[in-house]
Amino acid sequence: MGAYLTRRVLLMVLTLFGMSVLIFVMLRLVPGNIADILVDSAGIADPKEKAKIAAELGLDRPIFDQYLQWIGGLARGDLGFAYVSERPALEEIAPRIPISAKLAGLALFFSVILGVPLGVISAVRQNSAIDYLLRIISLSGLSLPSFWLGLLILMASVQWFGMIPIYTNEPRGFFDELLLLSIPAAAVGFRSSALIMRLTRSSMLEVLRQDYIRTARSKGASQTTVNYEHALRNALLPVVTIIGIEAAFLVGGLIVTETVFNIPGVARFLVEAILWRDYPIVQNLVMLIAFCVVVVNFLVDMAYMALDPRIKYAD
Amino acid sequence: MRNRLAIIAGGLAAAVVLSAPAFAQKQGGTLRVSHRDNPPSASIHEEATISTNMPFMSVFNNLVMFDPKEKINSPDKIVPELAESWSWNDNKTKLTFKLRSGVKWHDGKPFSSKDVKCTWDALRGADDKQEMIRKNPRKVWYKNLKEVATNGDNEVTFTLEREQPSFLSMLAAGYSPVYPCHVDSRTMRSKPIGTGPFKVADFKRNEAIKLVRNPDYWKKGRPYLDAIEFKIVPNRSTRVLGFVAGEYDLTFDSDITFPLLKDVKDQKKDAICEARPTNVHTNLLVNRDAPPFDNPKLREALVYSLDRKPFSDILTQGNDLRGATMLPPPAGVWGMTQDELEKLPGFGPDTDKNREIARGIMKELGYGPDKPLKIKVATRNIAIYRDPAVILIDQLKQIYIDAELEPIDTTIWYNKIQQKNYQVGLNLTGAGLDDPDGVFYENFYSTSDRNYTGYKNPEIDKMIDEQSGMTDVSKRKAMVTKIEQALLKDAARPPISHGVANTCWAPAVKDLVLQHNSIYNGWRLEDVWLDK
Repeated sequence: MGAYLTRRVLLMVLTLFGMSVLIFVMLRLVPGNIADILVDSAGIADPKEKAKIAAELGLDRPIFDQYLQWIGGLARGDLGFAYVSERPALEEIAPRIPISAKLAGLALFFSVILGVPLGVISAVRQNSAIDYLLRIISLSGLSLPSFWLGLLILMASVQWFGMIPIYTNEPRGFFDELLLLSIPAAAVGFRSSALIMRLTRSSMLEVLRQDYIRTARSKGASQTTVNYEHALRNALLPVVTIIGIEAAFLVGGLIVTETVFNIPGVARFLVEAILWRDYPIVQNLVMLIAFCVVVVNFLVDMAYMALDPRIKYAD
Repeated sequence: MRNRLAIIAGGLAAAVVLSAPAFAQKQGGTLRVSHRDNPPSASIHEEATISTNMPFMSVFNNLVMFDPKEKINSPDKIVPELAESWSWNDNKTKLTFKLRSGVKWHDGKPFSSKDVKCTWDALRGADDKQEMIRKNPRKVWYKNLKEVATNGDNEVTFTLEREQPSFLSMLAAGYSPVYPCHVDSRTMRSKPIGTGPFKVADFKRNEAIKLVRNPDYWKKGRPYLDAIEFKIVPNRSTRVLGFVAGEYDLTFDSDITFPLLKDVKDQKKDAICEARPTNVHTNLLVNRDAPPFDNPKLREALVYSLDRKPFSDILTQGNDLRGATMLPPPAGVWGMTQDELEKLPGFGPDTDKNREIARGIMKELGYGPDKPLKIKVATRNIAIYRDPAVILIDQLKQIYIDAELEPIDTTIWYNKIQQKNYQVGLNLTGAGLDDPDGVFYENFYSTSDRNYTGYKNPEIDKMIDEQSGMTDVSKRKAMVTKIEQALLKDAARPPISHGVANTCWAPAVKDLVLQHNSIYNGWRLEDVWLDK
């Protein structure tokens, strides 16, 4: 197990290194840089002004030097300076991470807390009215884009309650924040919950037809014990995989939801930074996302072991 | 067209009534404004966008400004601000300002003539002041400024190369604040220091710009508001819903399009909305240095192909204004009347006749229904650019031009134009000042940094210089018309239409006066108060 873990950690480091090269090169392959954008935003066509800004920001240096400077800084915890705000990138990124993390966590929580039980209910009541209803809801969850759902929620709030649940001021406390983030989290988590529900249902249906379930029933185990102790545990393996993947996909959903609900999180900030070619912000944020995905994948693999004793990672 | 003029005139009249002086202004309160995007920076001198100008203009003062109580900016409506008075020498080449004493910057340092000198030394591109601003989009405004000299702490003289009546108008624009000498450019871009009615408390990208009352403001009793909060809300639907729900007291400038206006008025019946020209006009860029449009005849055909009405009808429910480069009256001071416009090539009311002329030229050049000219119409990949470009492509078909849309990433748009890597472009041009010097020097003068098409015409340069020195307004206006005609004949950025849009506010917002010939000049906000 120890050797396996060491191998996994080394693999994670290698993956992150590959990602860093990929991010760095891809960003520079996109046409235009911050000097172009700053000068263009002022409607100036003076190449001298552009060159001056490019030199000031070190963009005229060889690309390899620029990479070494970034990666060296990253290793020392120095993320560099944001081009647009001209503040340390860390100061720009750090306050936004908790906001998005809470929103993503809440969205994932909603999707699991709704998706798994509803999936189980749908499976054990297969072809009943409730199963049909839940399948329709899950289909709508997969078909509704989260920005559209978000806008519908906003319009309904304005129309019926005369208020709009958007992030205008910093929340005053835990419950204020929970309330403020719950609505966008529900909007973004609805799609994931639908996916998790459908997968849980099909996985449960498959497991419920297994011989050992029949054996458990014949031994007199109650329906609840059969469903939740025998069937669900085995049915959860693919669900856990999809939860891991959805956690990574949530970042994409957050971009739209943060924009619609005006949440000053890291996802919206990333899009803005890409548009401005604010390399220090984009590079560091994408690396952070890559790191999270790699870690989540690792945790999912570990969860397999906890859920299924048959799975062993050999040294 | 009459309807459009009636809307503008009605808007002006309503605005005059609504903005009539109140007798019991209340002190206090926070004005909450929705902002459409992140300003590139807070430094007004370095930017050319209302995104910077609207939130930060109230942080500064000018030497002089267009009377904030007037709807129309014109040279005879300029009032003192940091300057108490001004005078010209006999040959009108030296403009001397007596400065207000006792004015302090927001950091407590005293304001003096040195600040005025260093601001305009930087703007005219003096070598020793290059570090004060990183970008200088309006350098061309000051091409006639020879020198700025101080005479003690409270007097400053601008020396011009030649007489230039518009010079004072340029100093009166929202784009001409006085900057402090002692503050570095990075600070000015992130948390600027001014002498204005409001101080910057915080500028958080993607979140908000918070301004607070300057308790030491030199104008006693102003401002009325305690604070102004500009909330950055990039999604327009969220901004509009926020305004309807009462989260914001004022929408971002010109944020409410005509199709949206009905929704806003239906959902918020007490909203006050005012339509005004944006002084941003849609126009064509034609690459005259490469085939096929290096042929003047082909450029002429292009000018005759345009039917401006569908652009306005489709995009703004018929509310856009028809004009040439300068904003047309009644809001525009220098633009041509509709009668004058109709005499210009391609502006005549008989579109079929115009198109017949264009088709005749095309046939002469060897094109026809069986042999159309294939071109690409480049434009920024943003809806407000793309939508008119699609209409243009449809219209070009009428004169045997088979055009294809080429959407360009907005970040490389100017690069592409500057490198002449296009045939025809669909462009939007905003005017910071309704003044021929501002508009012509910026966009058409051969040495201008903002003449990104690289248009060079010594005749036009000469005419621009000539009108710039004219003191007789009617003669100058005639010359401006002559320049417009020459530009159109030469197909230099043929204009399509001038935008009109709405700004809305809650009834509690009092004494807000929108200026109708420049969206950039009315945001000092020191007279605005909240009746809450």
